[in-house]
Amino acid sequence: MRAVLAPEALEAIVDVLRRRDWRVVAPTVNDKAIVYGEIASAAELPVGWKDVQAPGSYELERRDDEARFGYAVGPQSWKRELLAPSVRLLQIKRANGTLEPAKDAVDRKRTAFFGVRPCEVAAIKIQDRVLVGGPYADEDYLARRKGSFVIAVNCGEPAANCFCASMGTGPKAEDGYDLVLTEILDGTHRFLAESGTDEGAELLAELPQQPAADADVTAAEAVTDAAREKMGITLDRSDVHDLLLANLEHPRYDDVAERCLACTNCTLACPTCFCTNVVDANELTGAAGDRIREWDSCFTAQYSEMHGGGTRRSVKSRYRQWLIHKLATWNDQFDTQGCVGCGRCITWCPVGIDIREEVAAIRATQEAKS
Amino acid sequence: MADLPTIAIWKFSSCDGCQLTLLDCEDELLGILGRVQIAYFPEATRAEIEGPWDVSLVEGSVTTPEEAERIKEIREKSGLVVAIGACATAGGIQALRNFANVKEYASIVYPHPEYLETLATSTPHSDHIKIDLELQGCPISKAQLVDALLAVLSGRRPNVPTGAVCVECKRRETPCVQVLGTPCLGPVTQAGCGAICPSYARGCYGCFGPKESPNTVSLAKRWSEMGASEGTLLRAFRTFNANKPAFREESARHG
Repeated sequence: MRAVLAPEALEAIVDVLRRRDWRVVAPTVNDKAIVYGEIASAAELPVGWKDVQAPGSYELERRDDEARFGYAVGPQSWKRELLAPSVRLLQIKRANGTLEPAKDAVDRKRTAFFGVRPCEVAAIKIQDRVLVGGPYADEDYLARRKGSFVIAVNCGEPAANCFCASMGTGPKAEDGYDLVLTEILDGTHRFLAESGTDEGAELLAELPQQPAADADVTAAEAVTDAAREKMGITLDRSDVHDLLLANLEHPRYDDVAERCLACTNCTLACPTCFCTNVVDANELTGAAGDRIREWDSCFTAQYSEMHGGGTRRSVKSRYRQWLIHKLATWNDQFDTQGCVGCGRCITWCPVGIDIREEVAAIRATQEAKS
Repeated sequence: MADLPTIAIWKFSSCDGCQLTLLDCEDELLGILGRVQIAYFPEATRAEIEGPWDVSLVEGSVTTPEEAERIKEIREKSGLVVAIGACATAGGIQALRNFANVKEYASIVYPHPEYLETLATSTPHSDHIKIDLELQGCPISKAQLVDALLAVLSGRRPNVPTGAVCVECKRRETPCVQVLGTPCLGPVTQAGCGAICPSYARGCYGCFGPKESPNTVSLAKRWSEMGASEGTLLRAFRTFNANKPAFREESARHG
């Protein structure tokens, strides 16, 4: 199902979903960045804002129009909703001399993710594969995922660090959404809306709309074509798997280790990185103990710690492990790619390390050798 | 009572802020007192229990010959020695003397410096004895202190992350202040505080001291690119943890 929506119809989306008692989580401006949070009105979207991104740098700027989605992606990803930063896995209570395990009921409102970029749709699909696609599904993730409703928004304004076109994950979402919007700003501000599921079609049917003409479809196509053109191809993924595995001892890893802070920002901002740590905590009285899972990163020394110490003691080995997992061995492990080209690891690196440049540097000397 | 483990809280050169963290526990304090016997804690009680002690919490740095001897005695009589705070784990703010001539300082401050018996340096206890656990921070985190005590009492491992403050910023979803334009020491500073300063849009000032594998050179280079002067860099690395090798060496590069 396909239709054209006026900008005011976004308010109807929020209204309809909230009347169903769903949470609506969407981009909104806060703390000098566009972050994800629950909204009560479409007026809380970052209307007329754009993000200016560079390696290690992010700034908001006013646009000269009233675009609702005139920016790329911010510091967070939808991972916050699905693989939450901290989750209590188990509580054990002591009562009458026995130990009783108790699990938190995963009973929450359905949640609409409003404004999911195509790269993020791709990231959710990758995390689905990793976290619930094998024989041991992550229960908490699965419950949250089942309760999610994805309203994707195709990209017209990629930031300088975006490279979804290189990774084949955008700027146009092909599937993985309930409803997808394309914001068209060519004179008449409007949205082309297309449903991807029955539930998406039901929502669309409830919205004030106009029929979509061929011209609207062409205009929407032009938006994503221009975005693709603007990004160009900045990382060649065709042979990156073999390139990295053939260059395990490349001197570039010494170079990047001099810059890398091993601070974990890249991995925690990444929408596909899924590493967590499990910690135990207990109450003072000894009446209860909690087992908590929280975000962790392969860039910490403790992450690989086992009897006898950590396996990746040098920062060089940590960066290498991350880069090669993300762009090569992830494919072997999960049969999906690990990177969606959202650019967060570049923007949110405090010293601006650019994954594209690191790959290009390895490629440059590789090519010189051959 | 007699079966409860004994705990002693010792003060060296310090402001008392870290041992007061124990009294600040408020909600948890009665619970803690129900599980240990306080053997020595002048901030809370005049009662004393003779050693040996099961656990000694040591606050403050070693700045006098008397302190250098006393910590050895405490070590001999204690099961576990836990160093708490930047003074005990790094030398504290008073380790600024390590970069100057302490005799000169004394002559300016005291009318009769000849009565003073002090060392030329302020040092952490790990320079003098074997330490079982270090809790960094100026002051330490209440949550880490309670967790460490509970870990000791329950026979489990304490949760002391050695990674960067950035992990805590990300978990609480604070957009990176450095990327937004405010220089921040978080990427080289050990987690544990809960990333308080960045949550108020301020840069971390490193009160928890260096993390494991701190790349101060790369961070300082970025600060310079952002406009920080050499003096700013020197002062940033020369505060509460000035004597920790990673910060000491970095401040020296800008001095």
